[in-house]
Amino acid sequence: MPKLNINGTERDVDVDENTPLLWVLREQLGLTGAKYGCGVAQCGACTVHIDGVATRSCVMPVSGVAPDQKIVTIEGLSPDGSHPVQRAWLAHEVAQCGYCQTGMIMAAASLLQQKPNPTDDDIKAEITNICRCGTYPRVLAAIKDASKNAG
Amino acid sequence: MIAVKASRRSFLVGSAAAAGGLALGFHVPLAQKARASSAGVPEVNAWVLIKPDETVVIRIARSEMGQGTLTGLAQLVAEELECDWSKVTTEYPTPGQNVARNRVWRNFSTGGSRGIRESHDYVRQGGAAAREMLIAAAAAQWGVPASQCTVAKGVITHSASGRTTTYGKVAEAASKQKPPEKIVLKDTKDWKIAGQPLARLDTIDKLTGKQIYGADLAFPGMLNAAIKACPHFGGKIASYDAEAVSSMPGVRKVVRVDDATVAVIATTWWQAKTALDALPITWEEGPNKTITSAWIAEMLKGGLDSEDAFILTNTGDTKAALSSSDKVVSAVYSFPYQNHATMEPMNATARYTPERCEVWAPTQNGEASLAAAAEAAGLPVQQCEMYKLHLGGGFGRRGMQDYVRQAVLLAKEVPGTHVKLLWSREEDMLHGFYHPTTQCKMTGALDKDGNLTALHMRISGQSILASVRPEAMVGGMDPIVFQGLTANSPEGHLGYTIPNLRIDHAMRNPPVPPGFWRGVNLNQNAIYMECFMDELARAAGIDPLAFRRKLMAKHPKHLAVLDAVAERIGWSNAPAKGVFRGLGQIMGFGSYVAAAAEISIEKGQLKMHRIVAATDPGHMVNPAQIERQVEGSFVYGLSAALYGECTIKDGRVEQENFDTYEVLRLAEMPAVETIIIPSGGFWGGVGEPTIAVAAPAVLNAIYAATGKTIRTLPLKNHKLA
Ligand code: FES
Ligand code: FES
Repeated sequence: MPKLNINGTERDVDVDENTPLLWVLREQLGLTGAKYGCGVAQCGACTVHIDGVATRSCVMPVSGVAPDQKIVTIEGLSPDGSHPVQRAWLAHEVAQCGYCQTGMIMAAASLLQQKPNPTDDDIKAEITNICRCGTYPRVLAAIKDASKNAG
Repeated sequence: MIAVKASRRSFLVGSAAAAGGLALGFHVPLAQKARASSAGVPEVNAWVLIKPDETVVIRIARSEMGQGTLTGLAQLVAEELECDWSKVTTEYPTPGQNVARNRVWRNFSTGGSRGIRESHDYVRQGGAAAREMLIAAAAAQWGVPASQCTVAKGVITHSASGRTTTYGKVAEAASKQKPPEKIVLKDTKDWKIAGQPLARLDTIDKLTGKQIYGADLAFPGMLNAAIKACPHFGGKIASYDAEAVSSMPGVRKVVRVDDATVAVIATTWWQAKTALDALPITWEEGPNKTITSAWIAEMLKGGLDSEDAFILTNTGDTKAALSSSDKVVSAVYSFPYQNHATMEPMNATARYTPERCEVWAPTQNGEASLAAAAEAAGLPVQQCEMYKLHLGGGFGRRGMQDYVRQAVLLAKEVPGTHVKLLWSREEDMLHGFYHPTTQCKMTGALDKDGNLTALHMRISGQSILASVRPEAMVGGMDPIVFQGLTANSPEGHLGYTIPNLRIDHAMRNPPVPPGFWRGVNLNQNAIYMECFMDELARAAGIDPLAFRRKLMAKHPKHLAVLDAVAERIGWSNAPAKGVFRGLGQIMGFGSYVAAAAEISIEKGQLKMHRIVAATDPGHMVNPAQIERQVEGSFVYGLSAALYGECTIKDGRVEQENFDTYEVLRLAEMPAVETIIIPSGGFWGGVGEPTIAVAAPAVLNAIYAATGKTIRTLPLKNHKLA
């Protein structure tokens, strides 16, 4: 029975070990903030952090995550939506339909953790999530703002 | 408008409602017999409910799918209501309530950029009526004439006696007041809430993961379903071996949904999908198994010069003018199939018993969803209900109800249990209602001064209406094919005066299901018209802006947006070295739009630096949301221009996921500047029109940079070096 450390809490999950982490989060643990968009690591809707690194959970079998690795989902990014990236997202009103946004925010938060002051080119290289509503210009602006405010 | 006298049920389950809710000639008075209530608080009227704590609940009939309509409609109601905006929340009435209440909220359909422009009038009346009733209730309590009372931000004042009260305190009494007989709406000049760049009402939960989409729904004991329909259009199931998967973990049932479709119901969706992927299925490929993209292109090509065409415009004598001119320019363009590719794949949850059927779904047309559910359940509409959820993207796809029907059919297999059907991305790619494919032959004649004397625009290709709403065709013609090209429709008329003009359509319908795709036919019509305008300008040796301006003297609103983008991009000054410009304009969905782009080509790679957009939607309800819609529309339009293409082989779509159906990502996104020019006097749409001008502006800039005229999309198929 896989053991997982999710949002600071140890969880036992009773699931086939080939099940992607995304579906463990969504269907076993009721954490539906990570979304299903493609299932093949193309869109980033399912992005979570594993030890701080943005990971596309739809292609990560749950057996590939060790019990001591720290998984953080959007639900655990901040207790109340106050993470600098979330605040910047609110200020810029980035979200349209919102479906891609939790993944986008997780990708942005991870980027800022690795590179607190990313250039436009850094952001363009790292944020490859798909948004069909077309929020990209605001994503870019919000990440730059978040980097200022977090610094 | 058609006057409809039929019973509610018969019109609701009729094809018009199911196909997307055509405008029905209903006038629904604001006075209501049945009054719904939310948490025991009586509503003031159908649109407004005010709680004792002053919370203002505004009911929104249209669907929110990211476009901001929810906030915009609430602003319009709140404007007339004179309430405190900071107290406003919203709720969706259900389609079932709409049926029960004689369609008090009218149309639920959300498409064609109509959410606001089609309902601004009656939602504002709803807000105004509620205001009058609230004031009347306060006046009655004080025993003073209502005409002596004023209201601001939900506080009612009788200044003569110095008394004040609040909406929350009189709401219950107001609910018993008679609605006013006459309502005078405010002049838009006096707007304080509408017209302002207010923040959306639906942001917070989207940033924390709390927002529940259809794909996220869960009920105790709920089962999950994964589904596969025959990928070959017109094909069906030959056989499958349910035994092979029935003992896999979690599997409850393998279901033949219909002749072409099989599904697995399991405890979790991942189990259902795993079993479905393992299920041995053979498809009978059906009558279209030899159809390819090349075959379709050939079919459409046959329509470019054929005699059988529906004529939209035929002024002057185009044929004679073309044959007698010294300079004739001709070019053939085409536009491929596109998938909507909403980020949230199709899904719906249903619970069925022999007495009742309930459905939860992201839908662009709640009434059509309810009708589809009732039909699939085999129950009267009155025994069904549908609950709308915020959509993870719609773009036209969720006006179709195929996934709702499937969910109900699956729920019937396990009566009393909630079943959530979620499509895989692959299913979503293979079973779209695709942006139709067309080709277009443009032929223009220039006189010796470079004036355009004649133009023949022949569109050949697929009709959406013929497939999804044949009852809306006009004498066999599909008027929507001509979006943006009509002589005088307020929906979208051509911004050029051309003495000899013929616009016609040879209908060619390949066996690939078409649908309304954000921007619909305006997308390619703008490319055909605006790229060809540049071709003509080049042949005439005239600057593309100057060439257009000569034809636009009688079209001041078209010209105003075009001039605005030209000025902002600095058209009269040379761009920076290595940077090239293009522009385009059109009118669609009731709005005048234009774009100007700056690009460069580095080592054969297109780099889009900047796009300036201008839109004149008549009235402006929320400029901040209009800006976001313009930006988003450009992403959608440029995605199609750069990458979007569903190719057909063996009678099926070849692209199954985002690895082969590429879309625009952040790295390629240009900076967008939006100019809003609300000239007043009409109500135009916002979500769609600007999509159409992104691609022509960029394509015209590519010519400026490379000397290459791109007439077939997507750009990924072309070498720009
Ligand atoms: S769902 Fe994981 S990348 Fe798309
Ligand atoms: S906000 Fe809708 S897909 Fe990104």
